Order: sequence, then C-alpha cells, then structure tokens
Amino acid sequence: MSAFAAVPHKPLRLRWSLAAGALLVSLLVLLAVFGQWLAPHDPDLIDVGQRLQPASMSHWLGTDHLGRDLLSRLIVGTRLSLGSVLLTLSLVLALGLLVGGVAGFVGGKLDLLLMRLCDMFMTFPTLVLAFFFVTLLGTGLTNVIVAIALSHWAWYARMVRGLVIAQRGREYLLAARLAGASRWSRLRQHVVPNIAGPLLVLATMDIGHMMLHVSGLSFLGLGVTPPTAEWGVMINDAKEFIWTHPQLLLWPGLMIFFSVMAFNLLGDALRDRLDPAQERH
Amino acid sequence: MLRYILLRLLLLVPVMLAVSLLVFVLLHLGSTDPALDYLRLSHIPPTDAAVAEVRQALGLDLPLYQQYWIWLCKALQLDFGISYLTGRPVLDDLLYYLPATLQLGGLALACTLLFAVPLGLLAARWQGRWPDHAVRAVTFIGVSMPNFWLAFLLIALFSLWLGWLPALGRGSPGQLVMPVLAIALMSMSINARLLRASLLEASGQRHVTYARARGLPERRVWRGHILRNAWLPLVTATGMHVGELIGGALVIETIFAWPGVGRFAVSAVLNRDFPVMQCFTLLLTGLLMLCNLLVDICYAWLDPRSRLQGVDA
Repeated sequence: MSAFAAVPHKPLRLRWSLAAGALLVSLLVLLAVFGQWLAPHDPDLIDVGQRLQPASMSHWLGTDHLGRDLLSRLIVGTRLSLGSVLLTLSLVLALGLLVGGVAGFVGGKLDLLLMRLCDMFMTFPTLVLAFFFVTLLGTGLTNVIVAIALSHWAWYARMVRGLVIAQRGREYLLAARLAGASRWSRLRQHVVPNIAGPLLVLATMDIGHMMLHVSGLSFLGLGVTPPTAEWGVMINDAKEFIWTHPQLLLWPGLMIFFSVMAFNLLGDALRDRLDPAQERH
Repeated sequence: MLRYILLRLLLLVPVMLAVSLLVFVLLHLGSTDPALDYLRLSHIPPTDAAVAEVRQALGLDLPLYQQYWIWLCKALQLDFGISYLTGRPVLDDLLYYLPATLQLGGLALACTLLFAVPLGLLAARWQGRWPDHAVRAVTFIGVSMPNFWLAFLLIALFSLWLGWLPALGRGSPGQLVMPVLAIALMSMSINARLLRASLLEASGQRHVTYARARGLPERRVWRGHILRNAWLPLVTATGMHVGELIGGALVIETIFAWPGVGRFAVSAVLNRDFPVMQCFTLLLTGLLMLCNLLVDICYAWLDPRSRLQGVDA
C-alpha cells in the first residue's frame, strides 16, 4: 500500500475494522463454545409434525424439513463449522512451519527440493487442489480437512522460509548457537516465536478462505454428511425447498457469510497494522 | 520465445505422467475397492463370484504396476476406459460436457475482467472518497460471500420473486446470467482489490511524482506511468483465477443443473467412479498447466524485464 495517501484517517479506520472484526470473531467463538447450552431446542430432534414451520415464538427462525429447530441447528453448527476450519488451520501451520522452517534453516539442496515441491502445489488453485485430494482420499470431514490442509500448506511454507531466512543471520541466533543450543531447539525456541506475528496475520486472512472451502465441499456432500448440523450441509439439505421455503437457505448462508466477513475484517486490519511484507524486508 | 514455449510444452509430458501415476496409485490404494464400486454402480449384488469376475474383467487381479502399464498404453491411444456409472467411454463423456464448462468459465473470466478493471481504477483514482468506499464495500462483500449461497440468493431473487430468469439448465442466454455471476463475483472482487492496491503502490513511486512535477497532465500520468506498472500483478492473478473459476464451476454447475464437466466430476467422486476420476484429474492438470503457460507468455509479452530473463534462462 502506498505511503503517501490516506495517512490522516488511517488509524481511525483501522481501529474501527479491527474492533468490529475482533468483536464478531469473539462472538463466534463464544457461540462455538457455549452453543450447546444456548440453543433453545435439541438441534437433532426430529418432529415431522412440526416440519417446515414459519418463524414463531417457540421456533424463532422456524423449522426445517424434518421439523428440527433452525436456530438451534445454526447455533450448534457453529462449533463444527468453526472447529473444522481451526483444525485445518493448525494442520496447515504445522506443515508450513515444518517444511518452510527446515527449508529456510537448513538451506542448500534440501531447500531447493522443498521449494520445487511448493511450486508444484502452488501451480494449482486451492479449491481445485482440495477437490483433487478429496477425489484421492475419499469423502468425509476428516478427508476434507486433510485435503484443504494439503492444498494450502505450500503458501505458508514459502512465507515461513522467507521469514526464517531473514532471521538466520541475526545475532541472537549466533548467541544461542554459541551457548550450545541444537539446530532444532534454535528453530523451535528462537526462530518460531520471532516469526509468529506475520504468520498469524496470514492465517487470519486465510481463515475466511478456508471456511468457504470447507463449507463448499460440505455443501457438495463431500465433507460433513447429514444429519450433522453444519452450515454447508444445512444449505445442501435445504436446497430442494428453495421454491417453497427459501428462508431455510438464507440463515445458514448468512452465518457463513458473516463468519467469513468477520475473519476477513480482522485479517485485513491486522495486516494493515503489521504488514508481513514490510517485516520481511 | 518459440523455443521457450516448446520447452514448456515438452515439460507437460513428464508432469502429466507423474500426476497420472500418483493419481492411479492413490486411487487404487484408497479406502474402497474398485470392483465393489463397479458392482454397486452396475446394480449387481456383490457376491464372491461376481467380485472375482469383475476383478478379472477390469484387470484388478493383476499387480498394480501392470495395471498402470495397461492403463497407460490405452491412455496414450486416448482410451481412458469405460465409466462405471454411465457405461460409456470416459473421454467421450468428458469431452461432451467440456464445452458447457468452457462457455461458463470463459464468460465468467470475461465478466471478471470487465468489472474488476473499471472498479479497481475507480477506487484507486478516487482513493479515500466515496467511489473508493463503495468499491471497497462491494468487493469486501464479494470476497466473503460463499458462491453457492450467492447462487441460491440469485435464484430466489431472479427466478422466484421477479420471475425474470429461468433457474435451471442450459440453452438460452438467460440461463447463463446467474451461474456466470455466481462464479465470477469472488474473482472479480479479488481482482478489483488487487488492482486498486497495485495502482496505489505504483502511484506512490518516485517516477510518478517526477512525471507530475514535470507538469504532465493527470491522464497521461495515469495511463503512461501508473497503469503500465500496475497491471502486471493482475495478469498473474487472472491466471490463478482461471483455476478458481473452474473450482467455482464444480460447485455452481451442480446448483444450476448445468450440464458441464464440474457436475459430472462431482457425481463421479460421490459415486467413486474410478475411470472418470482418473481422466478428469488429468484433464484438469493439463488444462491448468496450459493456462499457466498462457499467463507466462502474456507476462513476457507485457513486461520486457521478464522477457529478457526468459531469453537468458
């Protein structure tokens, strides 16, 4: 971003988007943790007599085609929707840190080899690659998580490698080495904490993207399967009712949309505040 | 330049071979037995005799390397086997569905560029003013919107309430509008944001300040000094987005009952139709690698710096 423009009102805008993003994300996390107790009804309770009810006092958002309370399913679904993304993210971070860290720290031929591998993965767009891996691994939530992690890790490995190389010549590492710290412990105890900031920014910006992929694959029926309450699956479940009960599709989609937006807001704000591209140089 | 292109095309061969081997091995070591899948899709009860018979007929009783070799020899003659699900040759099926997907993807790409470029320009030109805020709001919504949800919102709006557009199928131009919009919005938003950022970065460079100081009119500064430097990231991003558009087609075609490769591939994965999955992944790899090559050629053509490097290398 250019330096000469937008300086006067930048801090104000940042504070607003950072606050909004942080607030929305904390709300989501609270819903994911305490949703079970907040839900007014049992989300999996099938009551065919109550099917496709409009919004009412007892069912605030109405019921779905099996008579399950929509609001409860939305609330309880937060845990799986958010949890699967966080799990994917931790896998990606672990893979990225391992490969990128080793490539940057060891260097030489290994570095070259690992980076060529990254290039191969980065040739393909993430969703297509994720679909490709689901094809190979088979359907199911675990496989979808692994597939999405496999399709995203190369970007992180690349970045970690760059950050590690920037740290490699620093004096504190030399000091640690002189103090007798092994390679592994230098990487783990000294380098990783120093590159965590920019990495977390990238991760925050990516969460929204991953969420779209997880819910998209679940929507296709490749990930989470019914009757589990998850937003993508709920949309898939409701798609036959678009002509008669479009509100069934509206709410879960809105939840995905707001969650992705919340993480994007937070990510953008964090990036503007501590731009990883700036740090790398 | 020609040599470079030929070299890249030649490089396609080992990559495709490697991908085909990888896919073949992983698919056959996967969680399910192809013979059982074949019987399920052919509606034959899986008795022991039937399984053994299918194994022999499909060559599944041979060692894996022999199976691959047989598959490869046939594939080189463009015979990718018979789909378990439809019972027709796989390649014929895929090529039958491909034009519909290419039409959708091509239009979405055109739409992406058609909207992203003016929006990015508008935002950068009026940075910090209302056009910028409006563009940023729209593109922010665009990057946060799940495309499959957008597809349903469009159906609800244009088919259900307004009754303007038919919701499903392919044939008339009206049936193109919603799938194209649903696929393109995300890429369009990303591109517009990218172009804005890259324009702003370019406009902060010293040579731009110098051009202004020389008293060049604002129009010329933008056209000659900022734009030329700013649109290169857009070329790279557009190359990436071709793949994203294909990814979008996977999801969107299913919703709009669009008879394309994406819908066919999703049903193949759900049904574990091995020959189709194998052929589709190869087709996709080839298509994406060709796109990448095209982007690199465009890049070399637009940016003299990378052209020189290409010759050196």
